[in-house]
Amino acid sequence: MLIKKPSDVKSSEITPENIYRNRRDFMKDTAALALGGSLLGGASSGLAQDGDALKARAPEALSLAAPAPWWESKFAEVTPAPDQEPYFTGETLTPYRDVTRYNNFYEFGMDKSDPSSRSGSFNIDPWSVEISGEVAKPGTYNLEDVLGPMQLEERVYRLRCVEAWSMVIPWIGFPLVDLIKRFEPTSKAKFVEFETLVDPDTMPGVTSRFAIVDWPYREGLRIDEATHPLTFMAVGLYGSYLPAQNGAPMRLVVPWKYGFKSIKSIVRINFRETMPNTTWNDLQANEYGFYANVNPDVHHPRWRQDMERRLPQTLFSRQYIETRLFNGYVDQVASLYSGMDLAVNY
Amino acid sequence: MNRWLKPAVFFLALVPLALMTLQILQNNLGPDPAQELAKATGEWTIRFLLLVLALTPLRHLTGITQFVRHRRMIGLFALFYATIHLLVWMSFLLSFRWLAIGEELTERPYITVGFVAYIILLALGVTSPKAMVRRLGKNWKKLHQLIYVAAILAVVHLLWILRTDVWEAVLYGAVLAVLLSFRLFRFFFQHRS
Repeated sequence: MLIKKPSDVKSSEITPENIYRNRRDFMKDTAALALGGSLLGGASSGLAQDGDALKARAPEALSLAAPAPWWESKFAEVTPAPDQEPYFTGETLTPYRDVTRYNNFYEFGMDKSDPSSRSGSFNIDPWSVEISGEVAKPGTYNLEDVLGPMQLEERVYRLRCVEAWSMVIPWIGFPLVDLIKRFEPTSKAKFVEFETLVDPDTMPGVTSRFAIVDWPYREGLRIDEATHPLTFMAVGLYGSYLPAQNGAPMRLVVPWKYGFKSIKSIVRINFRETMPNTTWNDLQANEYGFYANVNPDVHHPRWRQDMERRLPQTLFSRQYIETRLFNGYVDQVASLYSGMDLAVNY
Repeated sequence: MNRWLKPAVFFLALVPLALMTLQILQNNLGPDPAQELAKATGEWTIRFLLLVLALTPLRHLTGITQFVRHRRMIGLFALFYATIHLLVWMSFLLSFRWLAIGEELTERPYITVGFVAYIILLALGVTSPKAMVRRLGKNWKKLHQLIYVAAILAVVHLLWILRTDVWEAVLYGAVLAVLLSFRLFRFFFQHRS
């Protein structure tokens, strides 16, 4: 078995950048789509190596219907990802079917396959977002008002789960700071709190008698973390709309933190003076801290964090990678925590 | 009829292994197969443990003595699946990094508990042949009562691993409680008469 360092990633494993950027061109290439359809079956084990493999995964994303007509025009004008870190990485993309079928979204059930198989009746139209707390412009906004003014761009981020597996995902969205600015937080806003939808009718996991999560799912960031250029609000992935299991219609992506901080299906953004409670911290404070920064040197009571499994893998070609401090985004975010003991503020 | 029963049970007990092998070959375990396999092998270990504990109660409830004749084989299959579970963890999840394995065994109580359960099963398996029964005499029965401890530890191990939704572990725990209370019930009855 091979334990790879990130620098060992072969250039042949990096998705050619021009293939990735010309998404709209090969979206129109129906012949390639037909070819891709036949390539899809049995291609679950290979990593997306080149343009053909990427096309093979595009059909599923493209077949998604727009939640409402106004989404189509927003997705027609997506700024492509740049060609270097931190908003892009040359690491091999995790295939679409794994990104959308291997999820932790307990509102739909506890198994990794539950969110994709049990979200059939999940509805994101209509959807409203409540903005509250220390802002000049609080209120309940409908989704079109929230997303309408935002310019969508594509970013390729690493996502590192606290369970010691990771993916590389091409998101579509906008920097969270651009959204926050619109509501004009006051000087008292030191923290931002987020809430996920709870809907017993469309989210079967919510009514499970044995789930001890106290819904709704809550997460939070310090205001400087929330307004950091890296912090992203995603509304799509792989060039198309976000499926329910990935947190439709909009979810956070905070790539330097463990995945549970990247809260899904957001219905409320609240600005506070004090640090908010977060769901996992309430459940088990010794395992899940507020900061949850990816850190191979901070001991985790449940999972070893020195290495991670880059998905997808097969049993005999495993992709073990050394975990990097802040998930490899140390240059961008280390200054947020200067002077802080990361083992204490985990 | 009786001659074919033991081989039949043997092959039936191998079915979970066959299914898992098929899934591995078809790459049907999802994007994180090492994790899935660890989970599946652990679940089967517990099921075989509960099955072996159910044999005596089944004998008493139905009057069919055949049930207890399969105790050793089913018990050894529990050890078998537990061994695969341990090997999957050491190889596919920890890549035989011995230092890391040692740390995991000692620093994470939920793993320690599972490992102690395994050691018990190993000791029971090693002392299962008839020659050992003779050699240990009275002590054999006392030693093999540790199966109850192993089963409890295995369920605790599972309960500890599940972070939120505990229904599966609760189910196994409930079954275990029923089987153990059956034992206690009989124990008290015997001593009365």
